[in-house]
Amino acid sequence: MLFSSIARKTLMALAGLFLVTFLCVHLGINLMLLRDDGGETFTSAARFMGTNPFIRTTEIVLFSGFLVHIFFGLWVSVQNRAARVKSYVIGNRSETSLLSKYMFHTGIVVLIFLALHFIDFYFIKIGLVAPPAGIEAHDFYHRTLLLFSSPIYSAFYIVSFLFLGFHLNHAFQSAFQTLGLNHTRYMGAVRFIGSAYSVFITAGFSLVPLYIYFFK
Amino acid sequence: MNFKLKIWRQKNAKAKGGMVSYDVTGISPDSSFFEMLDTLNQQLITSGSDPVAFDHDCREGICGTCSLYINGRPHGPVKGVTTCQLHMRSFRDGETIHIEPWRARAFPVIRDLIVDRSAFDRIIQAGGYISVNSGGVPDANTLPVPKHDADSAFDAATCIGCGACVASCSNAAAMLFIGAKVSHLAQLPQGRVEASKRVQSMVARMDELGFGSCSNTYACEAECPKSISVVNISRMNREFLHAKLFSEKEKIIRESL
Repeated sequence: MLFSSIARKTLMALAGLFLVTFLCVHLGINLMLLRDDGGETFTSAARFMGTNPFIRTTEIVLFSGFLVHIFFGLWVSVQNRAARVKSYVIGNRSETSLLSKYMFHTGIVVLIFLALHFIDFYFIKIGLVAPPAGIEAHDFYHRTLLLFSSPIYSAFYIVSFLFLGFHLNHAFQSAFQTLGLNHTRYMGAVRFIGSAYSVFITAGFSLVPLYIYFFK
Repeated sequence: MNFKLKIWRQKNAKAKGGMVSYDVTGISPDSSFFEMLDTLNQQLITSGSDPVAFDHDCREGICGTCSLYINGRPHGPVKGVTTCQLHMRSFRDGETIHIEPWRARAFPVIRDLIVDRSAFDRIIQAGGYISVNSGGVPDANTLPVPKHDADSAFDAATCIGCGACVASCSNAAAMLFIGAKVSHLAQLPQGRVEASKRVQSMVARMDELGFGSCSNTYACEAECPKSISVVNISRMNREFLHAKLFSEKEKIIRESL
């Protein structure tokens, strides 16, 4: 069962939907950076996330979610590419929704971002990477300010979230379709929620670097 | 009308193959795509060269034999028709038309534009049937079928098995085809009996044959000459997950494969 195509897609969809909920939690904490209190709210939230036993346990589930989604995503993509040995001279011109054919590509961009994000924050926190001078390992607030003081990093960050938005826009309704949840009664709502959510996530995460760049 | 054709020529399954250019002139806008190719083949035969091999049979859009990937789209630019129902008025005069065979690992090219689609037959052999002997005709209304189910099953049953879904899919997936076959049978009382066994066997066979898996771009639905909906793929997923999670384990499934 685990090795059938539909089972792999199902696991990928379930892990993906779980990651969708995680994004919302992460965004909530990021938006605390917008509060002008020298990072007090944000730091206390970050400390809560770093120490609360329930959150610590969920973190393991979260990492597993990432691993499952990435592993099955790569596996399915490799198999899908192997399913067409010789490509067409004229590439496909079928009418499909924008970027739905590029889930692998947008996923890779997000994966690169994720890797850098890990190095920038998580690895510093657990002591694998030395923090930059004058910033403590647990001080995510000043670390964030430092990173976003660079326009290049901020631009890279926003572009990454644009790609994540493209990924999410197709992914949300795609997950429902894969899980067999396609019905005329609610599919329109699912598509709308997916698109609205992807705009919300991209705009929300991009707000922080823009705010810091223009107002700090 | 005049056209410049670029056609995939390949002597046999092992040969390398490549695109070859041809010119056809004086084509009537009302001639079908195949009549245009017939004209080209007549020219080729007269000049002593090999005619272009392509699949065709009924030429009225119901047999599923014709294929052809025309200008980047299976069955050409018109929605909801097979290549045999495509007419030259759908192209601009003087247009360059690229004609390629279906491309998928599971559909190897045999010659020129002809591919071996017997992979579809093997999927049907795995479970796309009802294995009961039909007795006499029962009295009307002894087997009530809701109107919606009958309509939906019939919509799925319009699949002619041409393979355009596989050809258009960026992953060469056959899920619209199997989704249609599963949906066609699972929604009717006669097919319901074997539904859970059927979906498992057909999906297992599909995976064995090297088709890709669906990433929901819905190119298949856009290119299907019978406009079969991707709702059928979702129904197949639902049937499959339900069968794997809740149905009694049947030894027969593995043995039959």
